[in-house]
Amino acid sequence: MDILEVEGLRKHFYLDPGLLARVMSKKRVGVIKAVDGVSFRVKTGEILGIAGESGCGKSTTCTLITKLLDPTEGTIRYKGQDISSLHKSKIKDYRRQVQIIFQDPYESLNPRYTVFDTVAEPLRALGIGNKLETRERTLDTLEMVGLKAEDYKDRYPHQLSGGERQRAGIASALVVSPELVIADEPVSMLDVSIRAGILDLIRDLSARLHFTCIFVSHDLSILSNIADRLMIMYLGKVMELGNIKDVIGEPLHPYSKALISAVPIPDPSYKRPRPDIKGEISQPIDPPPGCRFNTRCPQGIMEKCELQDPPFKEVKPGHFVACHLY
Amino acid sequence: MLLEIENLRTHYQTEKGTVKAVDGVSFSIDEDEVFGLAGESGCGKTTLIRTIMRLLPNSARVLADRLSFRGQDLLRLPDREYREEILWKEISLVPQSAMASLNPVQRVGAQVVEAIEAHSSMSRKEASKRTEQLFEFVGLQAGLTRSYPHEFSGGMRQRALIAMSLALNPSLIIMDEPTTGLDVLVQERILRKLAEIRTQVKKKKAILLITHDISVIAEMSDRIGIMYAGRMMESSSALDIFNEPFHPYTLGLKNAFPTIKAPDKKLISIPGSPPNLIEDMKGCVFSPRCPFAIPECDAERPEFREVKPRHFAACIRSDHVEEFRQRAGDKETWTFSKSKG
Repeated sequence: MDILEVEGLRKHFYLDPGLLARVMSKKRVGVIKAVDGVSFRVKTGEILGIAGESGCGKSTTCTLITKLLDPTEGTIRYKGQDISSLHKSKIKDYRRQVQIIFQDPYESLNPRYTVFDTVAEPLRALGIGNKLETRERTLDTLEMVGLKAEDYKDRYPHQLSGGERQRAGIASALVVSPELVIADEPVSMLDVSIRAGILDLIRDLSARLHFTCIFVSHDLSILSNIADRLMIMYLGKVMELGNIKDVIGEPLHPYSKALISAVPIPDPSYKRPRPDIKGEISQPIDPPPGCRFNTRCPQGIMEKCELQDPPFKEVKPGHFVACHLY
Repeated sequence: MLLEIENLRTHYQTEKGTVKAVDGVSFSIDEDEVFGLAGESGCGKTTLIRTIMRLLPNSARVLADRLSFRGQDLLRLPDREYREEILWKEISLVPQSAMASLNPVQRVGAQVVEAIEAHSSMSRKEASKRTEQLFEFVGLQAGLTRSYPHEFSGGMRQRALIAMSLALNPSLIIMDEPTTGLDVLVQERILRKLAEIRTQVKKKKAILLITHDISVIAEMSDRIGIMYAGRMMESSSALDIFNEPFHPYTLGLKNAFPTIKAPDKKLISIPGSPPNLIEDMKGCVFSPRCPFAIPECDAERPEFREVKPRHFAACIRSDHVEEFRQRAGDKETWTFSKSKG
C-alpha cells in the first residue's frame, strides 16, 4: 500500500526583476524550476530518504506535500485522495495526519513556551481532546521521546541542550498521532554524540507508532543508516530511487555514483576512489536542456542526453533511474 | 617541530564567572603534517584558533607552559612583531564562515591583493599577478578575481579564502571547518585541493584542520587530536585513534558515527551532554558521561600522558583499555548514566 503518490509534480517560482529593470535593461521574468516533474510513491510504514545537493528541490517537495505551498502542476494523492481538492473541513485533519520535524531546534521552538506548552500546542490548535486529555497525551508523548515529563515539562527551550530541544520538537510533531512524518534534516544541527540517539528515536517510534517517514538529508551516511529506500534528486528532478542497499551499493545514475563516492569514510586506512566530476551544480533557473546532469556527467554524453529529458524508468524491480544509459 | 603547545589555558572573564573555554591543551604539529582536531560544539576548538591567531577579545586570559612556533616563544612576542613576522607569512587562517569573512562591497581579488600588500613588500602589480596564480591553483579562473563575493557560490568563496591563506606561502595553515555547510561534491573538490597543497607547493606546509566531521578528519589527517570541554582527551596517529583508541570518549564517538560503508552499523550515542564550562570540575570532564568512570575519576584531574610512543590520553584508567574496547560496542554499556547526566 502506498500512503502517498506524487505524480508529475512541478513548482515554479517567478523571479520578477521589477518593472523598471524590465523596461530599462530588457531583463525578463526568470523562472526557478525548483521542482520540475517529480513522480514517486511512499509506501505505508517505510522511511524514505531524500538526498541531494542544495537547490535540488528536496525541501520544496516536502513543502508541497505538507500543503504549505500549492504546486504549479501535478498531483499529490494522500491515501488515494488528491490533496489539492480536499474539502475545507478535511484540511485540518490532513494537517494533523502529516507532521513535520524541523531542522533547527534552536529556531523552531517558541522561546516563551515551556516544553509542555510546545508539545500541547498542536492538540489545542487542532482542537483535539479536553484539558485533561491534552495533559495526559502531552505527558505521555514527552516520556515517549525520552524526556522525563516531571523534569522537563516546565522548562523553557533555553534550559535545554540541542538534543533535548530536538526531542521536544519530535514530541510536538508526534503528539497528534500523525501517519506521515516529514523530517527535514532533523539531525544536521546536532553534535555527533547526540545524533545517534535522535536517529534511533525516529526509527524506533516509526516502527512502534506505525507512522511513515520522509527523511530529508544531505548526508548519505545518515540516510544509509536510517532509510529503507533512497531517492536522489538533482535540479528539481528525481535521478534515482530504490532500496537503500541497492542505491548505495550499486548506484546506476552517474550522478548518484559521483555523490556516493564523494562521501568521506571515517576510516583512515580506507583509500576512497575519487569521483570524477566537473563543474558545479547549476541554478534551477534556466536548467540545461535534455538531461539536467549532462553538463557535468563523467560518462561521456550521447546526443540525446542534450536533447531529450531521460524518462524515469524501472530498470530492476523497485529500482528506478532517469538516465539514457539504461 | 613547527608548533608546540603545552598546557594551554584560555579563560574568559564573564559576569557569571570564569569560562574555561580552553583548559589544558597540549599538542604539537610537525612540519609537513596534517593535524586534525576533532570535537563537538563548545569543546574549545574556535577559542584555540583565536588564541594562536591572536583574535581574542579583551576578556580573555591566556596561560601556557609553552606556546612556540619554530622554537620561538609566541607568548612573549609583542603583537606588532607577531603581525609583521608571523601572521600570514608563517601562520594563516581559513576562517569558518566564508561569506562573513569576505568584504561584500570589494572585489574578491582586491581583497587578496590587499592582504598581500599589507604583509609583504610586493608591488600592486606583483600582488595582482600572484593573486591570479593563486586563483588558478585553487581552481578559479583568473578572471574571477574581479567578481564580488555574492557572485560566488559557497564552494568558490571557500576556495578564494584558501587562495588568500596561501598568498604569502606560510608554513602552517589553520583551517576552521573548511567544508562545513558545503555540498558533498563541493567538499570533495576542496579536500582534493587541500591534498594538492601539500604535494604541489614547494615549501613544506603543515595544516591544522579543525572540524566536527570525523570522516573528513579520518581521510585528511596524519595525526588526530580529540578535544572535549576545553581539554585534549587523546591524540595520536590517525590509524591509532581509529583502531586502538584509549579514551572512552573516543570510543563513544566512534560508536556514534554513521558510515556509508556499513549501513547496518548500530549507532550508539553518548548519554548526557557536555558540562558547563563555568563550573569547576575537579576530576575528569568526561566522567559524568563515561560508562567506565569510578569515584577516583572525579577526585583529580587526569594527566594527559603518553600511553604508547606518541600516543597521549587523559584517562586514569587506561590500563583497563582492553576491557573498555570490548565493552564499548555494546549498547547496554552506554545506557547507564542517563539519570546521572
